Amino acid sequence: MSVPTVEATGLVFSYPDGRRALSGVDLHVHPGERVAVLGPNGAGKTTLVLHLNGILTPESGTIRIGGLQVAKEHLVEIRRRVGIVFQDPDDQLFMPTVRADVAFGPANLGLRDEELDARVHEALDAVGMADRIDRTPHHLSFGERRLVAIATVLAMRPEILVLDEPSANLDPAGRRELADVLRSLDMTMLMVTHDLPYALALCPRAVILNGGRIVADGPTREILRDRELMAANRLELPYGFDPSAL
Amino acid sequence: MAGGHVHALYRHGTSPLHRMQPEVKLAATLLFVVAVVAAPREAFWAFGAYAAIVIGLMITARLPAGFVGRRLLIEIPFLLFAVFLPFVGGGERTDVAFLSLSVEGLWAAWNILAKATLGASASIVLAATTQVPEILTGLSRLRAPKAIVAIMGFMVRYLDVVIGELNRMRIALRSRGYAPRRLGEAGALAATAGTLFIRSYERGERVYLAMMARGYAGSMPDLDERGGHAVQWAAASGFAAAAATITATAWVLR
Repeated sequence: MSVPTVEATGLVFSYPDGRRALSGVDLHVHPGERVAVLGPNGAGKTTLVLHLNGILTPESGTIRIGGLQVAKEHLVEIRRRVGIVFQDPDDQLFMPTVRADVAFGPANLGLRDEELDARVHEALDAVGMADRIDRTPHHLSFGERRLVAIATVLAMRPEILVLDEPSANLDPAGRRELADVLRSLDMTMLMVTHDLPYALALCPRAVILNGGRIVADGPTREILRDRELMAANRLELPYGFDPSAL
Repeated sequence: MAGGHVHALYRHGTSPLHRMQPEVKLAATLLFVVAVVAAPREAFWAFGAYAAIVIGLMITARLPAGFVGRRLLIEIPFLLFAVFLPFVGGGERTDVAFLSLSVEGLWAAWNILAKATLGASASIVLAATTQVPEILTGLSRLRAPKAIVAIMGFMVRYLDVVIGELNRMRIALRSRGYAPRRLGEAGALAATAGTLFIRSYERGERVYLAMMARGYAGSMPDLDERGGHAVQWAAASGFAAAAATITATAWVLR
C-alpha cells in the first residue's frame, strides 16, 4: 500500500472559547483520490482543513502529509505539500497583480528569476488563465478569480489540493468550467462542499463530517442514496434530484 | 464590482514616458517637486521654466489639456486657504480695485498657488503614465521600506473590495427605507462604519491565513531587483538637473 497523502488519526480540537470543533477525526486519503467532505454548517469542516497545513494545531491526535508529520519544524514543507484554496478568492488574492500573487507561494519557497517565472506560467496555464497574468485581481470576474486562486497554490506544486466550497457563488457555466479544470489537473483532492451534485460529479469518494467526527465514508453515490444517513446529517439533494435514480 | 477608480488616474498610452521604468519616473518626480518647492517665490521666470518643462512632459505623454485640468481640481481645497491670505495677512498693504490687500499675503498666496499647481501637475503626469502596481514596484526598487510597500499594496488591492462592501451596505440601508433627515438618524451610519471596520478586520485575518497557507513567514518575498535602464536614468537625471539648475540660478540672481 502506498504512503497516504493525508493520514489523520484521532484529531481533537477546541476553539479558545471552549467550543469543541473536532472530537476524534480519522481520515486517510491516498494518492490520486478525489474525496468530498460533506456535512452541515458547524460540523468542523473548515477546522479540519486548517489542520491539514498546520495553521491550527490539534490538542491530541496526529496528522501526516505524505508521511511527514505536521509539526512546527516541517511547516514550510507541509504548506508546500498542502495547497488550500479558500472560499473567497478576495481573501486568497492579496497582491496587486495576478503575476505577483501566483509568485507569492513559490517565492516563499525560495524560487527566483526564470525558475519562478516558469512556475507562474505553468500554474496559470493549468487553469487557462495565462493571458490574465498582468491584470489586477479586482478586475477579473468572480470565476476567473477562483481559477487564479487555484493557480496560486498549484504554483507550489502541492501533493494535495484542498478546496473549500469551490463551486460557491459561481454561475452554472462557471461551475462546469471549474469542474473541467479540476478534472484536468489529475491531482489528489479534498473538496469541502455543500454542493452535493458537484461532489458526485467530481469525487468518487465522500466522507460525512458531523459533530466533529467522520460519521460516514464510502462511494459518493452510495452515500447520497442513503436517505436515512443523509437526513441524520442535515444533508439534502437539491429539488428535482431523485436519490434512487443516482 | 465597483472597479476602476484606482486606475482612474492612469491614461493608457505608449509614449516614451509610459515605457519608462517606474522607479526612474518616481525619483525624477520627487526631485522635480523638491526643486520647485525650494525655488524663491520672487523668481517668476523660474516658475515659467518649470511650467514649460511640465507642459513638455504632458505633450510627450500625449495627455489632453482637459484631462490634466480635471485632475488639477484636486488642489482647489488647498488653494481656498491661499485665497484668504491676501485679506488676512499683515504688514504693508496695497490697493487693488476696491480691496486693500496685504503684500505679504499676496506673495504667500502666489507661492502656494504656483508650487501646488506645479507639484500636482508633475504628480498627474506620473500617475497618468504609470499604473498603480508599477508605482509599487518602483518604490520597492528605490529601496522604500518593504513593510510600507506591502501595506500600500494591500491598500490598493482591497480599496475596491471595501468600497464594494460599503456600497452593498448602503443599498441595504436604503432598501429598508433609510433616508436620514435629522442628526439623530445618523446613528445607522455610525453603525455601518463600525460594521465595515469589523468586516475589514476579519478579512485581514482571513487574508493572513491565506498568506500563511502559502508559506508566508513574516516578510514579503523580494521579487523585483531589476533596475531601470541607464538611458532612462540619464534622461531622468537631465530632467531633474534642469529643474535643480533653474532653482539654483533663481537663488543666485535674487
